[in-house]
Amino acid sequence: MAYELVVIGGGTAGSIVASRVAIDARDLVHADRVHVTLLTERDDHLYQPGLLYVPFGKAALEELHRRETALLPREVSTRVATVHHIDTDRRVVWTEAGEEIRYDDLVVATGSRPVPEEIPGLAEGGEYFYTEDAARRLADTLEHFTGGRILLAVGVPHKCPVAPLEFTFLLDDYLRARNLRERTEIVYTYPLGRLHSLEPVADWASALLPERGIQTETFVNMESVEPEKRVMHAMEGTDFAYDLLITVPPHRGAAFLAGMSGSPLSAPGEWIPTDPRTLAVKGLDHVFALGDATDLPVSKAGSTAHYQAEVVAANLVTALKGGYAGHRYDGKVFCFIEAGRDEATHITFDYAHPPRPQPPSRLVHMFKLAFNRTYWLMPQGIL
Amino acid sequence: MTDPKVTVATVEVDARGAYCPGPMMELIRAIRSAKVGEVIAVLSTDSGSRRDIPRWCEKAGHEFIGVDRIGDYDRIVVKKVH
Ligand SMILES: Cc1cc2nc3c(=O)[nH]c(=O)nc-3n(C[C@H](O)[C@H](O)[C@H](O)COP(=O)(O)OP(=O)(O)OC[C@H]3O[C@@H](n4cnc5c(N)ncnc54)[C@H](O)[C@@H]3O)c2cc1C
Repeated sequence: MAYELVVIGGGTAGSIVASRVAIDARDLVHADRVHVTLLTERDDHLYQPGLLYVPFGKAALEELHRRETALLPREVSTRVATVHHIDTDRRVVWTEAGEEIRYDDLVVATGSRPVPEEIPGLAEGGEYFYTEDAARRLADTLEHFTGGRILLAVGVPHKCPVAPLEFTFLLDDYLRARNLRERTEIVYTYPLGRLHSLEPVADWASALLPERGIQTETFVNMESVEPEKRVMHAMEGTDFAYDLLITVPPHRGAAFLAGMSGSPLSAPGEWIPTDPRTLAVKGLDHVFALGDATDLPVSKAGSTAHYQAEVVAANLVTALKGGYAGHRYDGKVFCFIEAGRDEATHITFDYAHPPRPQPPSRLVHMFKLAFNRTYWLMPQGIL
Repeated sequence: MTDPKVTVATVEVDARGAYCPGPMMELIRAIRSAKVGEVIAVLSTDSGSRRDIPRWCEKAGHEFIGVDRIGDYDRIVVKKVH
């Protein structure tokens, strides 16, 4: 019987693992000894980082999408199916359509999702840009905005930890370009005692935000929102009035994991318990979790998903070819940070080395724009 | 203050080696999904968290039980109060 690798999730992490294994073990796939199957909810791969530009009318929406079935190498059988349950004892996956799919090794890369409904009043009272619908709605709201107090608030946990800052800088640019900045107060709040979870980034931002006339507040965690009164209540006891509330909602893992209590994949918030180096699901040898889906205390970012996918794919291929699967994830994360005014900076860090941001430059901004276009080579396993 | 060494936590979060989101975000995440009265221990190698977590507990009204240095990391213990 052929070896069956099943990958759940056609986002950054799942696509890279499936493509890399299929390409690097191509001979085995062609000999029908290895099958690589990718199951994903929709035949649509969304380049999420592009959503940052949508509220400002700066992204062409069609550039953010590719059909997953057309994107991946032909050695991967890509199937549109929503996974409903996983039985790790019998090594089978069930889809919502009732199909049962057997696996030898399983990769769970089902990402994370914003859940504004977790904070009372937020879904009605706040705008966000973390899904395509929300980003389009916000574009519309901003277009009709005529001035007032914009409050930015950040839920915990969330993917892409630099997005709140980037969004704030781009918002400042946008309002200036529309001659609305004089009539607008921008208040950037953050859950921690500093302006970003990374101390060097926080230091950098605490100089740049006031320079752009942006007010800041620390230790702000949303407790509830009263849309009629336009007030956000923080867990720390402070109330914030607003005319426009823009947030990064708190996130959870994939919804189907909530229905799997008792399974090793089940945990609070639907974050899969994962070994920080091998990326195996804790207590299981044949199931791996990566990308946003894990409970690891690393940034939920596309680069994290990419580095982790390389480790998992290399280990799976090595094992298939009879070697020792000794590749380990070292906690590496890389992030661009848009600073507004057509400048950007970047940071890299891992489990052992903290990041050191450099002053923003035009060149790094150009790199980020170029990256936005070359992204599509990654899920194909080319880059 | 209760001695953190003898406090058994109901939830233990290993945030060693975490810079971003970091131990305090992990604590907030754990507090959000915990029940009132539960005790959460965060393992941290981030020196800023030693200072920030007690400050945040005071503001947010949760009980800071204490911090214990174990080898090269801190075990920071907090009780969810409301
Ligand atoms: C506004 C914004 C800006 C960002 N900017 C950056 C940035 O600048 N740099 C950066 O590195 N990262 C950025 N990110 C984060 C990055 O997009 C994610 O971290 C990355 O996509 C995570 O990859 P993933 O494969 O884990 O999850 P995803 O890419 O989200 O993929 C998950 C996949 O699983 C599928 N799925 C879920 N449940 C099921 C199911 N039950 N059955 C079948 N399939 C399922 C989904 O349909 C999806 O295809 C940004 C994100 C946003 C929203």
